[in-house]
Amino acid sequence: MPASLVDGNSLLAVDVGAVTTRAAYFDVVEGQYRFIGMGQSPTTNHASGMRNLVLGVQLAVENLQNLLGKPFMDEEGRLLIPSQPDGSGVDGMVVTLSAGTPIKTLLVGLLPDVSLHSVEKLANTTYTRIVDSLSLNDPRRLDEQVNTIIRQSPELILIAGGVDGGATHSINNIIETIGLAAYLMPDGQRPAMLYAGNRALAGAIHNTLGKIASELVICPNVRPTLEVEALGPAQRELAKLTINIRQRQMSEIDELRILSGGVILPTPYAQGRIVRFLSVDGENKHILSVDIGASAVSLAAAFGEDLHLNVFPQFGVGEALTGLLKYTTIDDIARWLPIETPLETVRDYLYQKSLYPHYLPATREELLIEQALARQNILLATQTMVSRLPGRYRRTLGLLPSFELILASGSVITNAPALGQKLLMLLDALQPAGITTLALDQNNLLPMLGAAAEVNNLLPIQVIESGALAYLATVISPISNSSYGTPIVRAKLIREDGTTMTSEVNMGNLQILPLESGQTARLELRPLRNADVGLGPGRAGAVDVIGSSLGVVIDARGRPLKLPSNTTDRVKLLKKWLKTVGG
Amino acid sequence: MFAPLIHILPLATIMRTRLMPVEGKIIIGIGQKVNPTDVVAEAIVGRKHLVIDIAQKLNVAQRDVPKFLRVKKGQQIAKNDVLAETPGLFGKEVPAPAAGTVVATGGGKIVIETGGAVFELRAGIPGIVAQTIGGRGVVIRATGGVVQGVWGNGKLDFGTMHSLMETPDEIFDPGRIDVSLRGTILLGGHLESPKVLQNAVEMSVRGLIVPSINPALLQSALQAPFPILVLEGFGRRPMNPSAYKLLSTNVKRDVSLNAEMPTRSNPSSRQEASVRPEVFIPLPVSQEPPEPRQVETFAPGQVVRVMFLSKPGRQGTILNLRPMATLPNGIQANAAEVRLENGEQILSPLTNLEVVG
Repeated sequence: MPASLVDGNSLLAVDVGAVTTRAAYFDVVEGQYRFIGMGQSPTTNHASGMRNLVLGVQLAVENLQNLLGKPFMDEEGRLLIPSQPDGSGVDGMVVTLSAGTPIKTLLVGLLPDVSLHSVEKLANTTYTRIVDSLSLNDPRRLDEQVNTIIRQSPELILIAGGVDGGATHSINNIIETIGLAAYLMPDGQRPAMLYAGNRALAGAIHNTLGKIASELVICPNVRPTLEVEALGPAQRELAKLTINIRQRQMSEIDELRILSGGVILPTPYAQGRIVRFLSVDGENKHILSVDIGASAVSLAAAFGEDLHLNVFPQFGVGEALTGLLKYTTIDDIARWLPIETPLETVRDYLYQKSLYPHYLPATREELLIEQALARQNILLATQTMVSRLPGRYRRTLGLLPSFELILASGSVITNAPALGQKLLMLLDALQPAGITTLALDQNNLLPMLGAAAEVNNLLPIQVIESGALAYLATVISPISNSSYGTPIVRAKLIREDGTTMTSEVNMGNLQILPLESGQTARLELRPLRNADVGLGPGRAGAVDVIGSSLGVVIDARGRPLKLPSNTTDRVKLLKKWLKTVGG
Repeated sequence: MFAPLIHILPLATIMRTRLMPVEGKIIIGIGQKVNPTDVVAEAIVGRKHLVIDIAQKLNVAQRDVPKFLRVKKGQQIAKNDVLAETPGLFGKEVPAPAAGTVVATGGGKIVIETGGAVFELRAGIPGIVAQTIGGRGVVIRATGGVVQGVWGNGKLDFGTMHSLMETPDEIFDPGRIDVSLRGTILLGGHLESPKVLQNAVEMSVRGLIVPSINPALLQSALQAPFPILVLEGFGRRPMNPSAYKLLSTNVKRDVSLNAEMPTRSNPSSRQEASVRPEVFIPLPVSQEPPEPRQVETFAPGQVVRVMFLSKPGRQGTILNLRPMATLPNGIQANAAEVRLENGEQILSPLTNLEVVG
């Protein structure tokens, strides 16, 4: 039951990432919840050689203590929960977790285009690596299927199939195969299973698989009818199951679970929760959040209640980097570099970074390579997400749907030394079209707030309202078929003090209309040659905009963005754009 | 901030866990002395399962199958043994398609587990068995020198180490691998050419220790029949001075080369003590040296390895710590001022340093 503000409970939110563990403190100041401070530590997981996540959490909390001058732990390093009369300690704790390698997952459904498709979408909402799938159309013999499952040794099996009230025979046969394979696996290696198929089979599934699976969760059907897909309830159960699987891999998670009173969620799930909440709270405003971390790129697109969460472990900028070249090429990464760098240098950086995911770029060249890598990975993740969205949200040319707000996080972006670098990374990778506001989750608070909402529904709203997100810029990105250099939009910025600025923007250009931070203005947009500035092809209109140190940005470089193939020309152009935004 | 440690030690006592992929039988007892090639445990791996649909073959209902079965769960069977039969003049028989063990019956079917190969877990290093881990493996205690690396191709072997290196930053010359090096573990320069791997295979070398490897050779390296240990990483990098000195002063000694990478997704891998691939040089001692430190915090005076792409293979000493310093590229980070061995002074983020010790 969510607490009310009357309780005034302070909260410690801990995010255990693949590379960094963060501990954030929230408390009531002048009647409102505020983000007070954050401590961090390297994550003490297997990759760091430490093999106990709790140590990293203690170190992050210790740093927070030192920063705030407020003790959270006793002398033996134990968290003081609830807070003590002397002001030490904290009233509650929530945890989000992204550390750990992708979970080997087997998908099971009846029809590839129906239940198997839905269960794949479900798998994509958390850190999974799909090792195989089974469906009615599987041509393999029974013993081939069984031997393959045993050899692949999945940690998780996601099962769907059949509409509610439909036939049960076919899915029963597949369940028997799964059950037999799991039965033949060694005791400690049996997978966890989640069933989200025809509900008439729930009892039989419980009897068949309950004693064989390391854990069995039965949840509502992801395809209750052929026309309806309902991932929400299964997604929540999968989030819980993900943490349970992690706990089997890292037993110390139990300690965090006890401290947090059970509120421990996978980071992208928590992120998705808060993005959906903000979308609904903003009268169904379309919101996208993008997080690039060592473990994955996560994209959460919320269209009111309709959340589309996609986690891409293959595009994380950590250990997964050695596998990145299955999806892209070194040339495609290097094309984002505003300097001429040998391809071998880019390749070596990518491989070396896979060995040291916590590595920080030490030179400008390394910084630019890292940012190029981030662009390419977010771009690949975005293209995949767009292809998975329902037709009602898709646009022509595979462009990103219209989002009023885009929230970005991840240390590659937030650590960039110049605001212009942050902005350009996002514009190049996401390529938004129309009118969009970009904001940074500078402290990676969003997933923490998503987890906090489990215990306190006022805290996230008040913390966000208090300015926890950093406004980056409003960007107008027209879509036009005009040729390079042709004027495609006239913009008039009318400031509060009555001063105006008029500008005509040519196709291919990136232009800044200066508007200082905190100032508001009216921006009149008149598209030329049937360009679409986000109001419909050729339609003019006006929007209210807020200033930032980057001003108001008109990105007329084209959608999708096309870069010159000639390296010299491309580098020159990228340099020019970077200079325009002050990067 | 806690500091990652890279062990480059002339003499230490180490504990190394050796695990099998599946449960099996431990052959050696606690306290026993082992050589690297000794088998300490064994298990059967790669078994296959045959599912035989008895109901279909006998043309009877599933529920009737139990009364026709001639074998029980757990029973060993030979090829063509009768699994089930129906009585009568025109009765049918279902022969076993292969030898194996009946592991499941039910639903009108029989499952036979068949095939598989014996997996022998070798000690890998000479030492004393200090502990057994269920039916999965053992912990071995040993003394000697140790040099840890950053990447390995997953294999393990033991042999005499020969050096083909004159300087820490040279490229491995494939022409230097000749027949006199058969059965040895080679210390060589940056692995750039596939010819090095081809020649090493032809000359049956037992392992390679190199500072770095061309990423384009990774697939070939993974397929090589011998262990390959990479000390610094990918792309041309010189060997760090500490490792070079320790290894080049121990040539002609027997060494254990463990190029296994920890499998991080496997829960059981958490029991593996060796987080990094390494070369171990067994040395006799009259008194056991201490075990290496596992936890360290950054402090002035520490010898560190610098992992800059632009300054590969460099080592230096921390002069002082600089909380939230601005790096030359503008990034703000906890950093340290480090004096490199050539006297150059640099500002490095702490994340890019490893304490050597």
